[in-house]
Amino acid sequence: MNPLRAKELVIDIPGRDDGQPLSFTVEPGQIWGVLGPNGAGKTTLLHTLAGLRPPRQGTVCLADYSLTELRRRQISQQLGLVFQERQDGFPATVLETALIGRHPWLSPWQMESGEDERIARQALETLDVGQLSDRLVSTLSGGERQRVAIATVLTQAPDTWLLDEPTNHLDLHHQVSVLELLTEQARSGRSVFMCLHDLNLAARWCNHLLLLYPNGDACWGPAERMLAPAALERLYDQELLTVEVDGAPLFVPKKAR
Amino acid sequence: MSRPLLKPLLVLVLAGLAAMVLSVGTGSVSVPPGQVLAVILGEGSGLQQTLVLELRLPRTLSAFATGGLLAVAGALMQVLLRNPLADPYVLGLSGGAAVGALLAMLAGLGGLIVSGSAFAGALLATLMVFGLAHGTGSWTPSRLLLTGVVVAAGWGAVITLMLAISPAQRLPGMLYWLMGDVSYARSPWPALVLLLLVCLLVVPLGRSLNVLARGPMQAAALGVAVRPLEWTIYILASLLTATAVTMAGSIGFVGLVVPHMLRLVLGNDQRLILPACALAGGTLLVLADTLARVVIAPEQLPVGVITALLGVPTFLYLLYRSR
Repeated sequence: MNPLRAKELVIDIPGRDDGQPLSFTVEPGQIWGVLGPNGAGKTTLLHTLAGLRPPRQGTVCLADYSLTELRRRQISQQLGLVFQERQDGFPATVLETALIGRHPWLSPWQMESGEDERIARQALETLDVGQLSDRLVSTLSGGERQRVAIATVLTQAPDTWLLDEPTNHLDLHHQVSVLELLTEQARSGRSVFMCLHDLNLAARWCNHLLLLYPNGDACWGPAERMLAPAALERLYDQELLTVEVDGAPLFVPKKAR
Repeated sequence: MSRPLLKPLLVLVLAGLAAMVLSVGTGSVSVPPGQVLAVILGEGSGLQQTLVLELRLPRTLSAFATGGLLAVAGALMQVLLRNPLADPYVLGLSGGAAVGALLAMLAGLGGLIVSGSAFAGALLATLMVFGLAHGTGSWTPSRLLLTGVVVAAGWGAVITLMLAISPAQRLPGMLYWLMGDVSYARSPWPALVLLLLVCLLVVPLGRSLNVLARGPMQAAALGVAVRPLEWTIYILASLLTATAVTMAGSIGFVGLVVPHMLRLVLGNDQRLILPACALAGGTLLVLADTLARVVIAPEQLPVGVITALLGVPTFLYLLYRSR
């Protein structure tokens, strides 16, 4: 697979200084977590990495090619993105929604084959929404829709997964099974880059972290180096208690009193 | 998506043919269905030959082509705006065409110049609505719809002004054009060929349209080149609308009602919906035109009145139902 690479990247957030340019490579097998308070630019970073928004400076590369040199179709065969917000537009069933994940792999003249449908159904089963195949997406709960969106990208089968708050709306069990699925993907040589709100999920499942500060500052590296309580307290402007559970740090917010 | 696409299309083809036979056979002198086919195959009396081949068939084919073009244009705009209420008439494109046509009529010009002027008016209106709504950002559906509605109101005022100052002997022709009337149509073939071409073009574009219907960001993430596709749809829809309006004046609501009904029954796969719109839109307008010819025979109603009478309640119902 081609690693996703940010070179001197400055994301474009109106009215904000350039801050620290980002330069990192998401290698196969890595799981990156992006942490930062509301409005720090996590979603903008994700969209910029997917080539959906132009950066203010710098480039995003797949292998040695800048995203701007590649066709959208080539990019979508390597990068998959789970959005935080989704538009409904016209009504569609769960299966139809998952099946559009095959779009990058089919030529304009091809219809979806039985094989494509099998891939989509299997992705839905993996996300535990297989029994909802014929339901309209608009009738599902938030958590079910989230899992359908992840199943769509699983159907797309990209080398690099970009995910915007993948655990949103999910109950605890499904949060864990989604993160386990992503770990599985990374183990098979793919890579994962996701925004997360839950510090503890990030500490437990990510092996690399990127901290994004509201003023544009950023730092990144292996997770164990980034999980310094002082840095995290500054990041969220929130005092934290740190305890060790199961060999990993666990962060609990201090009460204001 | 995996379900066969051919069966519903076959049903619609048969319905369309039946409607055409009915339409050609109905009128001051009725021709039974069996004889209609015989005449088309070259038999029958001289009178029947003239009646069917020279008078009624071209009009029926024109009605079919106009309805098909309008329905496909509506369906394309709905995908572009991701809004089921988009339609050439609602977006003010027909209004622009009408102003073009009336200007030509007011100047005492006729025939081809009226058509050309209507075509130019429709294109101008499209450019205005989409250009203004585009503004500095991208096309947000609500802004486009609002722009269309406001621009349509503006065209309405211009039309009223022109009617108020035009000489009395020109008024009936103008009014009929405004209400949409297939009897003005010339040769139906250019429009039919265009309709066929578009139906062939949507086969390779169809799946991309399906993805675009999920929103531009999602579509881009799935490998669709969004901007070029949006411009393609926009230009196609404008061209179809302009052609339809040029043929038969401003006929409202076909582009709104037909795609909506079909989506309720057939789902949202554009590869099925767009050809189905061409067939069902054509069929609807053929039937509406037949009705327009017989309701107060020997007088004729403009077909736009019939489609508006059907379309207005449907539109209101849709608005009422939508969130």
